Amino acid sequence: MAQGMWTHAKPDDRLGPVAYVNARLIDPATGLDTIGGVLTSGEKIAAAGAEVTAPNIGSDTEIIDCGGLCLAPGLVDIRVQIREPGQEHKGTIESAGRAATAGGVTSMVCLPNTIPVIADMSVVEFMARRARLIGLTKVYPYGAVTKELEGKELAEMGVLAQAGAVAFTDGIHAIADTQTMRRALSYADTFGLLIVQHPEEPSLAADTAMNEGEIAMRLGLPGVPTVAETIMVERDIRLLEHTGGRLHFAHVSTAAAIEAIRRAKDRGLNVTCDTAPPYFALNETSIGDYRTFAKLSPPLRSEEDRLAVVEGLKDDTIDIIASDHAPHDEDSKRQPFMQAAYGGVGVETLLPVSLELYHNGQLSLSDLLAKLTHVPADLMDLPAGRLQPDSAADFTLFDPDRAWKIDADDLASKAKNSPFDGRPVQGLVKRTVIDGRTVYQLEK
Amino acid sequence: MLLDKSEEYVELNRRADKKLDALRGRTIINLFFESSTRTSTSFELAGKRLGADVINMSVATSAIKKGETLIDTAMTLNAMHPDVLVVRHPESGATKLLSEKVNCAVINAGDGSHEHPTQALLDALTIRRRLGRLQGLKIAICGDILHSRVARSNILLLTTMGAQVRLVGPKTLLPRHADRYGVEVFTDMKEGLEDCDIVMMLRLQTERMKGNFIPSIREYFLFYGLDYDKLGAAKEDALIMHPGPSNRGVEIDSEVADDFSRSVIREQVEMGVAVRMACLDILATQHENAEARNI
Repeated sequence: MAQGMWTHAKPDDRLGPVAYVNARLIDPATGLDTIGGVLTSGEKIAAAGAEVTAPNIGSDTEIIDCGGLCLAPGLVDIRVQIREPGQEHKGTIESAGRAATAGGVTSMVCLPNTIPVIADMSVVEFMARRARLIGLTKVYPYGAVTKELEGKELAEMGVLAQAGAVAFTDGIHAIADTQTMRRALSYADTFGLLIVQHPEEPSLAADTAMNEGEIAMRLGLPGVPTVAETIMVERDIRLLEHTGGRLHFAHVSTAAAIEAIRRAKDRGLNVTCDTAPPYFALNETSIGDYRTFAKLSPPLRSEEDRLAVVEGLKDDTIDIIASDHAPHDEDSKRQPFMQAAYGGVGVETLLPVSLELYHNGQLSLSDLLAKLTHVPADLMDLPAGRLQPDSAADFTLFDPDRAWKIDADDLASKAKNSPFDGRPVQGLVKRTVIDGRTVYQLEK
Repeated sequence: MLLDKSEEYVELNRRADKKLDALRGRTIINLFFESSTRTSTSFELAGKRLGADVINMSVATSAIKKGETLIDTAMTLNAMHPDVLVVRHPESGATKLLSEKVNCAVINAGDGSHEHPTQALLDALTIRRRLGRLQGLKIAICGDILHSRVARSNILLLTTMGAQVRLVGPKTLLPRHADRYGVEVFTDMKEGLEDCDIVMMLRLQTERMKGNFIPSIREYFLFYGLDYDKLGAAKEDALIMHPGPSNRGVEIDSEVADDFSRSVIREQVEMGVAVRMACLDILATQHENAEARNI
């Protein structure tokens, strides 16, 4: 991959009007897909559409010819582990911001499993201030559902929401206790807050390393059965029916869980879910001979499950695609498989790997981008994901067909633990604009 | 072939002068991250009888957790230019990881629940010497299949050599996908042992069990412990094998274990030294400091 260049935005930069012309505009929220342009005025979009062309632009406006590239709203990634504060050797807000902008992501929602955890107003404010100072991708924090993410006592969700937490989750831990989950859903509904569950029954997942199946058996690794996910999804759906409220399942990975969510949606429940690229682009065979970069949580599943994830994306049972970005230092991964850390970096490869669904004819470009832009933005009520006048000028320019090969060493992220190392992909981000400023540009 | 070479060493090992100089000047490091008596002694003897310099390193896993990673240990040892590393580790795949980081040959002496290749080789040698073949034999592997590296290596080797392998155990100790190995799976001992030529018992690996897989030792022995009653289902002259150390009264009755007309447990130990000599000889001489290799 060619090298990129980052420019950190400073709030006092003076911004004149800029016209991005000769682009293929795609705004999934309105179904717009046309050759045209975007005119920005300061930090906002002033106009977007076929009428924004070079001859229509005033002489005081800077004109950028997009050369026919796709121009879409910046991606909204609702599942990112940043590691700052607390584990800066794995990743920082700046490192995540560089990786995200190189991947066309302009807003990211970060999990509360920082040290200290995001269960306190001051941490919410720290994250917001740091992200503003760095001036790359916008950062929105999740708040913790329970204190210290221990799954016992409720955290101060109301206060955290006032401080800026956009939704609530215990991150990489399931809220396992049924009574706690019931109260969390019920209490969150008081304020209309969204609960995001990591759906995995912990007692079935304890002391396991990968998906239960033939491959785990041959490798002599203890496996977690797919029912660990199904049980939690089905339980929470029953609870939601009981309590009311809003529930979202993160990174669903199994055919049975997706079917359960499909039925719940048919019954009219307020339930949504996302998945991450590894679960529609890879399966458990990627582990091969103990490849720890393919050790994820939930684990890579069977091919049948992968196909069910693709089907779920096609029929909109799965609403959103999120990266599930989980940076780790090399020492955490270069371990015997059981001891290696879970997770892979993904924010930078979110778009190119997701574009496989488009290139394979499984989703239209607009339907795919919807799951990466306005649908996640709307779920969390973020001011993002649209190319509309008066909305923030957050967008990305990319070549959907450009072929390249993911090389983990070339990733902008500080951590290089990508499960997609060596994968040939199609689709490359050329420029990312946040609040009207070009923060990332690919150098030739 | 490796088993034929092992046969030569069986003869050598029965002589008074057991020393060769085939590996004179070679260094073998036995690196054991998990306690072991018979396997480490067996490898040590094998190395010494071939004239190599053998060093035994027992590394308690707790020392590793103190900070030095497996890879650090591997790099440190690699810098001392050993010719062969013999590695046992409590985690599946650890030997493979280590072999990627060193320049010498690496022999897997057991990694977690994954594999124990030299055990399977010595079992195959024992069977072949007694019955003259492996092809077509009915072999029942019984007990804690789920946690057993011995079972995995034996399934691979014995099915490759044309034996019909059966697995017998309670459902909690059988992998759910065990039939994918191309073996027959039984939960009843007598049904599983029916007409078998070989009954291979496995140790109940309580140290690898996280949680409760069986209600009690007493109940386990009642249904899965090998006694004369259950053994009656097998062929009249069926051989009894056990990789050791055996838990008498848990998976095998003392009487049966000590019945030397049927039990070849001691012979397995003897074959172990011969097979390991063959492995060391082949690796140290044919892959001289070549890239790391995992057998």
